[in-house]
Amino acid sequence: MRPFDYRRAETLDSVAEGGRIIAGGTNLLDLMKLQVEIPDTLVDINRIAGLDRIEPQGEGLRIGALVTNTEVAADPRIRAGYPVLARAILAGASGQIRNKATTGGNLLQRTRCPYFYDPAMACNKREPGAGCSAQGGVGRMLAVFGTSDACLAAHPSDMAVGLRVLEARVEVRGTDGATRQLALEDFYCLPGDRPDIESVVQPGEIITAVILPAPVAGSVQSYRKVRDRASYAFALVSVAAVATMRDGRIDHLSLAYGSVAPRPWGDDAVTDALVGQAPDAGLFRRAADRLTAGHTPHPDAAYKLPLLRRSLQSVLHEVTGLSEAAIGTDKAEAFA
Amino acid sequence: MTFDFKMDQPQPRLLDSTRQGLIGTDMARPEGLLKVTGAAAYAADHLPEGCVHGMLVRATVTRGRVTAIDEGSIGDIPGLLGVFHGPKFIRNPAQGMAGESPIRPDTEVHFHGQPIALVVAETFEAAREGALRLAVTYESAPAEVDPETASEVESDEPDTRGDWDDAWGKAAARVDLTFRTAGHVSAAMEPHAAVAEWQGENLLLRGALQMVATNRLELADALGVEPERVRVVSPFVGGGFGSKLGIGPEAVAASVAARDLGRPVRVVMARQTVFDAVLRRTETRQRLRLAADADGKLLALAHDDRISNLPGEGFAEPVSSASRFTYDALAMHFAQEVARNHRTPSGSVRAPGEAVGMITLEVAMDMLAQLLDIDPLDLRLKNVATSHPMTGQAFGEQRLADCLTEGARRFGWADRPAPGTRSEGDWLIGAGMAAAARPNALQESSARVRLTPWGAVVETDMTDIGTGTYAILTQIAGEMLGLPAERVEVRLADSDFPRSPGSGGSFGASSSGSAVFMAAKGIREKLARTLGCDPDDLALQDGIARGGNVERSLADLIDGELGETATVGPGKTAETHASAGFGAHFAEVAVHRWTGEIRVRRMLGLFDIGRVLNERTARGQALGGMIWGMGGALHEALEHDPRTGHIANRDLANYHVAAHADVPGDITADFLPVRDDHANPMQSKGVGELGISGSGAAILNAVHDACGARLLSIPATPDKVIAAMEEG
Ligand SMILES: Cc1cc2nc3c(=O)[nH]c(=O)nc-3n(C[C@H](O)[C@H](O)[C@H](O)COP(=O)(O)OP(=O)(O)OC[C@H]3O[C@@H](n4cnc5c(N)ncnc54)[C@H](O)[C@@H]3O)c2cc1C
Repeated sequence: MRPFDYRRAETLDSVAEGGRIIAGGTNLLDLMKLQVEIPDTLVDINRIAGLDRIEPQGEGLRIGALVTNTEVAADPRIRAGYPVLARAILAGASGQIRNKATTGGNLLQRTRCPYFYDPAMACNKREPGAGCSAQGGVGRMLAVFGTSDACLAAHPSDMAVGLRVLEARVEVRGTDGATRQLALEDFYCLPGDRPDIESVVQPGEIITAVILPAPVAGSVQSYRKVRDRASYAFALVSVAAVATMRDGRIDHLSLAYGSVAPRPWGDDAVTDALVGQAPDAGLFRRAADRLTAGHTPHPDAAYKLPLLRRSLQSVLHEVTGLSEAAIGTDKAEAFA
Repeated sequence: MTFDFKMDQPQPRLLDSTRQGLIGTDMARPEGLLKVTGAAAYAADHLPEGCVHGMLVRATVTRGRVTAIDEGSIGDIPGLLGVFHGPKFIRNPAQGMAGESPIRPDTEVHFHGQPIALVVAETFEAAREGALRLAVTYESAPAEVDPETASEVESDEPDTRGDWDDAWGKAAARVDLTFRTAGHVSAAMEPHAAVAEWQGENLLLRGALQMVATNRLELADALGVEPERVRVVSPFVGGGFGSKLGIGPEAVAASVAARDLGRPVRVVMARQTVFDAVLRRTETRQRLRLAADADGKLLALAHDDRISNLPGEGFAEPVSSASRFTYDALAMHFAQEVARNHRTPSGSVRAPGEAVGMITLEVAMDMLAQLLDIDPLDLRLKNVATSHPMTGQAFGEQRLADCLTEGARRFGWADRPAPGTRSEGDWLIGAGMAAAARPNALQESSARVRLTPWGAVVETDMTDIGTGTYAILTQIAGEMLGLPAERVEVRLADSDFPRSPGSGGSFGASSSGSAVFMAAKGIREKLARTLGCDPDDLALQDGIARGGNVERSLADLIDGELGETATVGPGKTAETHASAGFGAHFAEVAVHRWTGEIRVRRMLGLFDIGRVLNERTARGQALGGMIWGMGGALHEALEHDPRTGHIANRDLANYHVAAHADVPGDITADFLPVRDDHANPMQSKGVGELGISGSGAAILNAVHDACGARLLSIPATPDKVIAAMEEG
């Protein structure tokens, strides 16, 4: 770990003076130890007042950037109105890490591409222009959508997928003190030829909160995370869904997909084609085919397309009531 | 007094008549409290006066030569003490029991990640920073890293029995499958660590090591000093699983630097370096052929494999080891190819051979049962070998059939529903079974036991790598000498103590235990003489000796102390009899019909390990083995970069061992009451690795039962399961 300066910010204004924000540190410190991240200055935001609360905002909720993953998942208002978010968070990491991990830090956690983690291998995300070792390398965890020649990495967050499906907005405070709110798809940048730039957050800016809209009344919500072991593994693919039914037809539907793209993924055309329809296995199969059509991922990640299709169909069956919801063999959930 | 004992004939079952009541109980580890309170000092916990810190630097080319190491590149880090490299540095850890230095490649690089230098500084942070900054230039050479396309492939004459063509030709059913297994890493919790301290010309090395006697020879050889000048101690080890069998680069580098600097040096491998530089388990490609008559009697069995290792490394994963004696067939064939490549070298990882070979044999047996429409249990029972098919030896004791039938009864095997008929929501449920087998051996081992008025002191250089050596040696000595556990002190893992084979191959408990047993037996004979009774009439319990109508306290009988050093070793029974542990695994799994995720719901293992020395530690070993087998079947895989061969998933977030949530709450391991009279004087057999043998196969067979997917490549991750479901 390189020597660095450490500064404790007491106010939001002092964040604007620059330096790398540290919240829970569960991702940043690991990367600093490997010298994947080499910040000169750390700005510890944990003492800034007011960021550690979940408060009503309009008909929805405002989750402060320092609220821990554990607190969000345990909050009765979240569990009642936004169960998909609680489930997404509990599907991630481990109890210890979630106790420390914050809402802001989770959004900005970095990819798990092995080449990003290995300074001996070229990585455009670490060093723009250096090359991408994942091209021609190993890549089971790589993205299948939204990649570029410069970068194939996926965003690994579960929480962010839950937020996207709920149409949450991220509040960012600029260096001038003004705040702006962004939908998840606008908050994250696709890699293009600058995969080092992952979000719209600029140096000196800070995520202050995540804003949840009013709960979708009467909705069925689901978060399905498929992973290599029952717990403590990043998603191979994940699917989040919020649905309501009326008169035997899909009335409202929101879908988001995790670990398949550099940001939580969504595909409006797929969702739109389902709304207003009566649930049907064939319909779901066609929706799944449409979601993955026309993509040729890294060969190691090619399995994600069929796996995503199957996961989507399974979730659609579940949230539309076409088949019984899966019985809780998933102990990781029981653990939560 | 010292004496030698060779296991030439069965010995009386003395431990069945001793009185102390310690042997076989589930006594807790005497050192357990130290461990759970953090008071047990592992190698890296020792920071002698003036100790400084070293960090290993890894090669970033796959093959070639280091042309320059630019110490200036580090710049002015405060506290930097030096950069060490050169002809004494070893390429990789020694293979188990080598007793001599591994290859010392000097400036040559043979694999990506090879430790090539050590940066030493006053603080750990400075050493780490220096190691990351150090600029190394290389001349690189082309390197092959893919075992499938290797141009250098070695093979020996196959081991065969019978007329293959004839047996294969007349079969009613045949299975011919190719099975692939990924490479594994031991992933012990404690990373490899060494603290080297020179006292004049003498070196004290505190290490994380499994076999201190041979480690001392290896270290002395690497350094070019007399073994008498080297003392290796390793009283607590945070898991070994084969990865600490041989001396490692951290120990040699620490010793070189400590000598030069005149200060103690501590080197702890970073987790990534553990993956790069410690011997891995090879990936395998196996071909398994079975042929049977219509009744399910095996006619032919062939188990051929391809594995890989670095040029110059002698170790070859004995993939077909258990296939040679579990079942009997008229014709048998075993052939191995070793592909030479420049991946991290391979060596022993827990249950070398069976961990990857038994799963293949037992999946093939399941396929054969399916083809013949015979219950998989019956197929196995029909074919259990009654003597070693390849050597003709009788088995000392072989209770495989009992394990299978009794295990099936306890699991409720007969009541399971027909394949593919059970589901709960989207989860498809199935059951599977497999046999377990692993060779057992007695290795030469010595121990000193001293009886004093206080109690007994046991000394041997045997290690306890978390397995329970302190516990079982306490029990053996206490049982034999009639002392409660609190009055036995066991001192281990110091190369100044009598030599044992150390921990490896599941032979440690029986070998070192037999030495303690024989030494204590010698003391019993002396006590009997003093008491004036026949040794057979001597009864010892709670510090009281009784015999020939005399009763005296041990303290009265001893004048000062009674000492005995015994060396035990294999004898004639090792030639006349084959010895192996056996068992049966049963598993119930759920497979998600859409996502292909597998959840193991129930596991049951029943084993024949001869005499159980400690119910708790034996069960711990067996359960750990079963879970390890699950990890191999479902989770574990080293991923090698196709260009450099280096291990891409170099940490425990990306290399998946089974997590708690993967382990079913309903998991049991139990043992049949068995005595193997030909194994050793205690009638015990090894347990540590047996639990792995076949456990993954029971799971894969259950997956097939649940959803029809036949997984022939492990780990069976969801991608492979859905592909197999779509095929099937
Ligand atoms: C072993 C392991 C397994 C894991 N498994 C999963 C998993 O399965 N699923 C999953 O989703 N996650 C997983 N995680 C990741 C975990 O969720 C993240 O590490 C965590 O959410 C990061 O939060 P933090 O507060 O610790 O962030 P930090 O490490 O403090 O920061 C992360 C980044 O966010 C920036 N940042 C933090 N707060 C703010 C803010 N308010 N404004 C602007 N920038 C900010 C920091 O500068 C830094 O770049 C895992 C992590 C580990 C170590």
